[in-house]
This record gives sequence, C-alpha cells and structure tokens, in this order.
Amino acid sequence: MGRSGAPKQVRASGDRAPAGNVHAEGAYVGVDEVKKDVKLQVSALRSGTVIDHLGPRTALKALRILGLGDEATVLVGVNLDSKKLGRKDLIKIEGRELTPAEIDKIALLSPQATFSIIRDFEVVKKIRPEIPSVVEGLIRCVNPSCITQDPRVKGRLLTVRKEPLQLRCYYCERSLHEDEIEFL
Amino acid sequence: MKKNPLLGRDVISMRDFGREEIKTVLARCDEFERNPRPVLKGKVLANLFFEPSTRTRLSFDAAMKRLGGQTIGFADSISTSISKGESLWDTIRVAEGYCDVIVIRHPAEGSARLAAEATSLPVINGGDGSNQHPTQTLLDLYTLQKRTGRIAGLTVAFVGDLKYGRTVHSLIRSLSLFGAKLWLVSPPSLRLPDDFKEDLAEAETSHVEVEDLSAVPADVDVLYVTRIQKERFADPVEYERVRADYQVTPATVQRFGGKLTLMHPLPRVNELHAALDSHPGAAWFDQARNGVVVRQTLLALVLGAA
Repeated sequence: MGRSGAPKQVRASGDRAPAGNVHAEGAYVGVDEVKKDVKLQVSALRSGTVIDHLGPRTALKALRILGLGDEATVLVGVNLDSKKLGRKDLIKIEGRELTPAEIDKIALLSPQATFSIIRDFEVVKKIRPEIPSVVEGLIRCVNPSCITQDPRVKGRLLTVRKEPLQLRCYYCERSLHEDEIEFL
Repeated sequence: MKKNPLLGRDVISMRDFGREEIKTVLARCDEFERNPRPVLKGKVLANLFFEPSTRTRLSFDAAMKRLGGQTIGFADSISTSISKGESLWDTIRVAEGYCDVIVIRHPAEGSARLAAEATSLPVINGGDGSNQHPTQTLLDLYTLQKRTGRIAGLTVAFVGDLKYGRTVHSLIRSLSLFGAKLWLVSPPSLRLPDDFKEDLAEAETSHVEVEDLSAVPADVDVLYVTRIQKERFADPVEYERVRADYQVTPATVQRFGGKLTLMHPLPRVNELHAALDSHPGAAWFDQARNGVVVRQTLLALVLGAA
C-alpha cells in the first residue's frame, strides 16, 4: 500500500515547505526538490478520497457531478504536470469516501481517473475502475424523443467505445459522445 | 426442423439482425409466399397503435387474419387509458393478458424496446418515432430480392428526408451489411444523422452525400424516394422550394435506364409523379403487398408456427 501523504502541513507552491511534503503525483519529494519545484502541492489527507489522473480541465465538472456542497473540504488541482497523461487534474476530498456509484460517474467522465480511499493517512484502497459495459440510471439520454424522458423509465446506456468514450442508449439507440454526457 | 432464428424473440431493431439472420428470414418469407398456411388459428395479435398508421396496422391485421388468427387493439391513444396517464409499461402488462403477440407503434423512440422488456410475449416494433421500423426494412429487402434477384452489392440512392425517416435509417443499416454502395441525396437540413454515418463507416460499405440527384450515376440499381414532411420546416417557402427540388418525375429517371427499381415506403404526397406508376421499376404497391407476406412470416416465426 502506498501512502497518500505524510501528516504534515501543506504549503502552496513557492512557500518554504517542510521535508516529506506530497507532490501532486502522490510521491514524496525532498526539501531541495520542493524548493526547485514550481508544481502545485496539496495537503495530505487524514481520511477521505483522492481522485488522481483526472483528465485536464475535468475537475470542476467532477465536483459538480459529485455535488459535494458546503460540507466537504476539497482541494482541487487543475492542469498539473503528469508523467502518464501530460496534464491532469486532481481532487482531494477530506472526510468523505466516495460510493461505488459516484466512482462510476467520475470514471465515465474521465476513464483514466484513479481513486484512493484514505483512512488515518493510509491508502486503504486504490481503485482503477473499469467503464461498465452497461450504465444504468446515471446518465440521461440526450434524445428529447427518447422513451427514457418519461421519469418513470430508468435510463440505460451501453458502452460502445471507451477511448474516447461513446455510449448508446439501449432504448432509442442514439449515440452519446463524451461532450454530450449529462449525469442525473 | 428448419432454422427459426426468431423463435420466442422480439423484432425491435435491425441492429439485432445479422447478415445471416436476414438471409434466413427472407428465405422463409419466400417459402411462405409459395406455400401460405393458416398456422396461427386460435392465436390473438394485439395491435397497439399509439399514433396513426394505415399500411402497417392494416398489413399486420391482414397478415394475422390470413394466418387464421384474430386481432385486437387500438388505432390511436386518445380513447385509451394512456390519455389518463397510464404508463406504457402498465399498458403492455395489461395487453399481454389478452393476446399471444404484440405489435406496437409509438411516437417515443425506444418505446418498442421498453415494451419488450415489460412482457415475456414476443413484441414486434411497428415504428418507434424516427428510430426503427424493422418490418418495413424486411419488406423492402424482400421486395429488392424479388425484383433484382439479390440484395448484396447493390447501388442504392436514397432521396429526400434522410434525417427523420426511420425507414431509411433501418434500411441503410441493413444494406450496409451486404456491401451496398449508397448515394445519400438530400438538402443539407435533412441529411442522414452522424450516428448512422458512424455505423456506415464501420461497415463494409461506401456512401456519398450529395444535394442533387443529377450527381448520382446512371447505373444505380435502386432509387429509394422518401416524403419530405412540411412540419420539418419552420419556413413554408423553404419547404416549397425543397419539395420542388426533390420531386422525382419520368424525366428525372429517364437517364437511369430500364433496369432501375423505384421504391417508396408510402404514403407519398407529390415527391413521386403519378405517371411513374407505370414505370416498369415502380415497386411501391409491391412493397405494400409484400408487407403482408413478410409480416405473416414474422408472426409465424416468433410464435414458433413456421
């Protein structure tokens, strides 16, 4: 198990940071490296969820989907450097473990996203969700003439392609591309 | 025992039919036409038409009666419990207690698929919005096979409303399974939706979009003409212009030669000149007639009686 970060206080980039701070990629970096590093640094979590490897500029959309409201402490990194993706977004949610349904929604928004569940500064679970072949009750079909516009009918979409994401309404057969996806 | 690919199945979308299944169904239609039998005596078909239809409803009615069965149903939703707010799901659950097979026409896209989920009886889609109309597609394919002797490798030009016409959508998809070369002739506002073009890109087929029928080569095998509906245009002047541009007349088809097959799903308004009825390739009344045979065969197949 990796660690989400040491129990140390955070400094914003450019501040003098103590040793052992956590880089946005989640790896430990030393003091000297930190001094040179101009990348965004964010705090370690005591407990909650870290969503990493979100596609660039998807973090705010993810927050809207999760509807975290006022009660949650959230740190958001936007357009961070990433070895894997080039650029990525990152979200840390204090005191809240995402449910499987919430994780599925974010995975549909950003298929490469990874989820770490943190308890007492330890990563207790790391989740790399698979996009399901059938998506039920999470996404609204965009076709205004679809039978699922009737609120009594639960929507169901089939995954046609994962990268870039393309879904098809099981009922009306309309294709939905990534930029058309509307979560319920 | 002959192969019955439809036993106990629903007929909802041409997406559910592979190339071999289509060939088998057409072969069974041919066989049934040569040797019709009243194989559905004592069976009841529920014709649930939530929106008006002439050919499809009458054709299913005739098909069931010729098979020795009986029909019940309604021709619009105004005089039914749907107008009181009953859900489609409940309507189907109630109807299944009265019949052995259900045919549904409904304005909402995906309604037939939902109906099929609601009941264990076979459901046949008689048209769901602008999505699918599989029995029309099968009767079109059957007509093509009878007229041209094949359905593989045909060059077909679709003319008119390619955006909203469910007949076109189902048929284009099916022809693409048989390596058709497609010419899509329509005004820009009524082009085939991207969804269907994506499907074509994945299939063994080629398609060319043009605005003018004169761009279609003279050796095309089939002209499939569709009605351009007034309600699709906000501007009546634009509608009149488009309607005039896409009218097919004896003069228009002269250059295509004698082997041309001319098709139309009907009803037509004035997109096909009446004089074309005497054209040797005019197939629209054959299409309507073949619809009964195809629906007879489908009813018999889904009920395991063929």
